[in-house]
Amino acid sequence: MMDFWPTLYVFVLATFIGLGVIRRVFRLLHTPLMSITNAISAISVVGSIIVTGGDYPLRIRILGAIALFASMTNIVSGFLITDRMLKMFKTGKPGEGSRS
Amino acid sequence: MMLGVTQLAYLVASALFIFALHWMNTPATARKAVYAGVAATSIAVVFTWAQPMVIHHWWIVLAIIAGFIVGVPLSRVPLTAVPQRTALSHAFGGAAAGLVGTAEYYLGLSEGPEHLTAFRMIALITEIVLGYLTFTGSLMAAGKLQEVKWVPQRPVTYPLQNVSNLLLFGIALVLTVALTLHPTAPWAPALFPVIIVLALLFGVLLIIPIGGADMPTVIAILNAYAGLSAVAMGFVLDNKLLITAGALDGSSGLILAIIMCRAMNRSFSNVLFGAFGQVQQVKTAEGEKVYKSETPEGAAQVLEQADFVVIIPGYGMAVAQAQHKVRELYDQLKKRGITVKFAIHPVAGRMPGHMNVLLAEADIPYTDLLEMDEINPDMPQCDVALVVGANDVVNPAARSDKSSPIYGMPIIDADRARSVFAIKRSKKPGFAGIDNELYFSDRTWMLFGDAKSVIGELVKQLASGAGMPSAQALSVH
Repeated sequence: MMDFWPTLYVFVLATFIGLGVIRRVFRLLHTPLMSITNAISAISVVGSIIVTGGDYPLRIRILGAIALFASMTNIVSGFLITDRMLKMFKTGKPGEGSRS
Repeated sequence: MMLGVTQLAYLVASALFIFALHWMNTPATARKAVYAGVAATSIAVVFTWAQPMVIHHWWIVLAIIAGFIVGVPLSRVPLTAVPQRTALSHAFGGAAAGLVGTAEYYLGLSEGPEHLTAFRMIALITEIVLGYLTFTGSLMAAGKLQEVKWVPQRPVTYPLQNVSNLLLFGIALVLTVALTLHPTAPWAPALFPVIIVLALLFGVLLIIPIGGADMPTVIAILNAYAGLSAVAMGFVLDNKLLITAGALDGSSGLILAIIMCRAMNRSFSNVLFGAFGQVQQVKTAEGEKVYKSETPEGAAQVLEQADFVVIIPGYGMAVAQAQHKVRELYDQLKKRGITVKFAIHPVAGRMPGHMNVLLAEADIPYTDLLEMDEINPDMPQCDVALVVGANDVVNPAARSDKSSPIYGMPIIDADRARSVFAIKRSKKPGFAGIDNELYFSDRTWMLFGDAKSVIGELVKQLASGAGMPSAQALSVH
């Protein structure tokens, strides 16, 4: 019960940082923003690795492995598609590798 | 010692995630954001895996390989399918949180009931409720966006909908309190699955009354839920990295949802519980109004004479995959020295930023993509506004008609342009089922047909047209 307060502090402060940083994101980039935050929130992979790889009963590890698979899918597809989309944003000025 | 190293790695990963989102600010630094994100995730995975308590390595390897096998194709979907893909990945994220939470509970029961404190139980139940709710809700959303047959496209409403939802919520709340107070009671392991089933049911019930036009808000809200379920998992495992990353994701979803709601002049609760799309049937009955339709030849001639053209894309452009044809049209007009800008409404399409990504895919410089607030003051100077499959976002009823369900929603002032061409698939009203006065204005001409083929025709007319100054100059030689 004692560890509850520092954890809550971290949550509140991280939320404020998130609100501050994300408010500044260009509207243009909202779709890539959503896919990158998708990949970032798949950090729950950390929890699934412990559940899958720990010395636990089989049925627990099966649940963990499915969760690990789901998080991994989000990490891989989230970062790849974000990068793929971001590559497409060009200013159209010469010397930027744009076709125009 | 090992614990210290792991904590340090998590701290580095948290900082990298914050930098990643900071770099998403502008397109110039955005790709760095991806590298920072990948680095942070890799660090977190490696250092978690290296902990001594992790002993079954093959399981992890297999699950990671399976993740790559499914993840890589999911990242290659056509960009018009990005809203579905995003909804699907919210579903995966929700499922992961729900499953880990379930595992944690039964593990706690069998191995260390003393760890199931009241605080941890609340965090755990929050985690699984948000996780499973996001799972089914996002699957429903993905189904609606993909237009899967057995998922109803129109909002589904029934009598006492909100009352029965509240009642179910009350039951879930009572069960949560019971489990929190007595996590190890003999009946507890049987009660836990009931909460899971209720959460799965909630996900479905929350999404079925919501129509396609509200999807951008709903996707953003589901994004926030997925983040919050990761936060709850962080509370259960006492892991600050999970809390930080989840909070970043949650606040991102929240901000996007607020922007979407403002862009529609509606509140959260109105989007979630206000089932759109029923009132309008009455309106269509009051007298037949007439459209003027125009041929692509005629439209091409008008476009050639213009100095300033604004293209207003909407979901129709995405459905018809017309973005590359739009690019050809843009090139044809630019060649003639015409100023061409794109007016992007925040809720155009089916997710935040949907139109920008499609137009960027077609190689249109993002400097020509303008937000609603930037372009509206210039609309009276605009010679031709070309509406490509957009509907509600250019409906003047939002400004004038108090009885309209979209009254008060900020719109792109297409009706203030000197002339308007609207490309529309059929004569039926748009997704929200609302009649659009813009189409009956005496300055508007309709181009009926699939956006891709209509714009293709326009491009053909312009390419062969004699109006090209350069073509005339050539013939002098």
